[in-house]
Amino acid sequence: MAEQILLKNIDVPGLASYEVYRKLGGYSSVEKALKNYTPDQVTSEVTKSGLRGRGGAGFPAGMKWGFIDKKTNNPRYFVCNFDESEPGTFKDRHIGQLNPHQLIEGMILGSYALGARTSYIYIRGELFYVLRIIEKAIAEAYKNGFLGENIKGSGYSLDLYCQPGAGAYICGEETALLESLEGKRGNPRIKPPFPAVVGLYGCPTVVNNVETIAALPWIINNGGEAYSAIGIGNSKGTKLISACGHINKPGIYEIELGLPVEEFIYSDEYCGGIRHDHTLKAVVAGGSSVPILPAHLILKTAEGKPRLMSYESLSEGGFQSGTMLGSGGFIVMDETTCIVKNLLTFAKFYHHESCGQCSPCREGTGWMEKILHRIESGHGTMKDIDLLVDISKHIEGNTICPLGDAAAWPVASAIRHFREEFEEHVKLQKCPF
Amino acid sequence: MPLLKVTIDNIEVEVEAGTTIMNAARKIGGSVVPPAMCYYSKLEGSGGYCRTCLVKVSQGSFKDNRPMPKLVASCRTPVQDGMVVQNRTSPEVMDNRRAITEFLLINHPLDCPVCDQAGECHLQDLSYEHGLEETRTEEDRRTFDPIDIGDLIKLHMNRCILCYRCVKVADQITDNRVHGVLGRGDHSEISTLIQKAVDNDFSGNMIDVCPVGALTDKTFRFKSRVWFTRPFDAHRECAKCCGKTVLWMKGEEILRVTGRKDQYGELEEFICNDCRFHHKETTDWIVEGPRKIERHSVISQNHYEKLDIPENGEESE
Repeated sequence: MAEQILLKNIDVPGLASYEVYRKLGGYSSVEKALKNYTPDQVTSEVTKSGLRGRGGAGFPAGMKWGFIDKKTNNPRYFVCNFDESEPGTFKDRHIGQLNPHQLIEGMILGSYALGARTSYIYIRGELFYVLRIIEKAIAEAYKNGFLGENIKGSGYSLDLYCQPGAGAYICGEETALLESLEGKRGNPRIKPPFPAVVGLYGCPTVVNNVETIAALPWIINNGGEAYSAIGIGNSKGTKLISACGHINKPGIYEIELGLPVEEFIYSDEYCGGIRHDHTLKAVVAGGSSVPILPAHLILKTAEGKPRLMSYESLSEGGFQSGTMLGSGGFIVMDETTCIVKNLLTFAKFYHHESCGQCSPCREGTGWMEKILHRIESGHGTMKDIDLLVDISKHIEGNTICPLGDAAAWPVASAIRHFREEFEEHVKLQKCPF
Repeated sequence: MPLLKVTIDNIEVEVEAGTTIMNAARKIGGSVVPPAMCYYSKLEGSGGYCRTCLVKVSQGSFKDNRPMPKLVASCRTPVQDGMVVQNRTSPEVMDNRRAITEFLLINHPLDCPVCDQAGECHLQDLSYEHGLEETRTEEDRRTFDPIDIGDLIKLHMNRCILCYRCVKVADQITDNRVHGVLGRGDHSEISTLIQKAVDNDFSGNMIDVCPVGALTDKTFRFKSRVWFTRPFDAHRECAKCCGKTVLWMKGEEILRVTGRKDQYGELEEFICNDCRFHHKETTDWIVEGPRKIERHSVISQNHYEKLDIPENGEESE
């Protein structure tokens, strides 16, 4: 098992309480940073670590922090994106529920580095029970002097709030999240300007994923270089993978980036192979929005090299034969799975969650769902398959936010790799599964 | 401030910093201008929603001559010095515009024969120019019942393309915002939380900014097709607004009063409800003369108000 950075103490009973967390060395990174580091030094440690955004896009965190506009006199904000709602992804909830203090510790470090005096954790509305846990943890942190005025005598003050959303997937998009946090309708903003310049309440803001923030304490304690020694290529550190589907051991695994996909699926340490000795048919490697890959392409790249769990290796071959690491929602399907039905489920989700601002996504997602429903229920025609490809092509890249892309990629990739299955649905005029 | 040089469809133009591609194109004019279904220069923060004005930037600027990776919304993208933009000259842009037109029409009822907006509808223009000849959808369309959102405005949500212009009017022109978007995705709707809540002096402008027949004037509904009326510029003394309007007349009767729209269908100035709804006698107005209507518009039929007669006095064939 690789070095555990995020899940090291996750099985310790009572970890969510301050006493237990503190006894295990919690908040030491805050003490270290406030005493020994300037905010810019914290940023440079994070830049050195090579940590990339764990929400899905994989943008280097240190670089994102570097974009924040420090010249204005406006306050700056640090926001945690806890609106985890991508189908197949359930890693952030695990941290928030079992180890909230690690998240708070990371929030303090990030806020200190960016010079934020007020920070927010925006949590998905459905996770209200996690909100209660985090609020309790925040209260404990205030009581013990890690939040509030003049933290541990350093002169640095920080207020941290946890705000629930109202249950919209789109609020996981960072500008929609900021709109929602401001109390408005959660519609994504048109970029530019980017949040680093005009963010929450019009002030410079950085939004990071829970997992990204939870990795910060370790980076400060052990140094950015130690973190960058883990992993492979430009994929540094460890990543939480929430594995689900037809595997023997579904669950959340912390892997060192660069682990071979084959080992991840078949080794007993991780997923433990396909259930009931079935064979692997397809994998959605990074949450429902990334392209689906058939078994032969997920285990090996098109060139025959073994596929690794890293940003670069998974995207090797572009969208023709590759996919993305995304948010780490690893969905495994065996040969009993109907790809069309699976795709219909995804399409239904994106149709339901489209915010309705821009026309390609608003109208196109619903259209795709209806066509897929037609094919799955045995009323499709061969023309429908090409129509789906055409629609997805015109949604992709034409929308305000990435939800349009997220809705289009699964459709395009499923037809690219499993066209026979769609044709079979049409020929038989029913679902063959 | 030095002017920025930008090339759109091989035509060069110089504009001030901060100008959007759309406004630079409007400075050139003609067919270079991308169609706009949601952008409205008089409303702050409008644009970016409909995606019909997407253009290709084949060179970012003099400094960074890489092309932009995606098509960009010309109404929301500021120009850079040395930017090269392709609108009609790019097959990709035109193909996408066809697709966007199709998307906008998926849930549109196509009820032009009974719609009051027919003849001055931007969606009609857009689909004539960019739409497919046949429909590729066979699915049911979303439907809503028409409702009154105020005493004087009727909302046909079926026809709405969610351009958000009326929401911006309600936000920016009127005092109390009572009107917005409810719901999400393709079932979202323009509405008021409390029925018939739209009641203020400038609410009528929502009708004028609506690019389709979703918001119509209840004092004019079903009175006449617009091309059977004749528009006249007129004005009156008004304490609330500029008082400059267009009267849409049939014989001696004023059927409708609207604001004056420019060549892009945008109001030159917003007018008050008093002028719009409550002054329908010719004695209320000082008529300036016939309104110039673009030749391509159906409204211009049977209007022979002014012939361009050459100086020698004889009309050339």
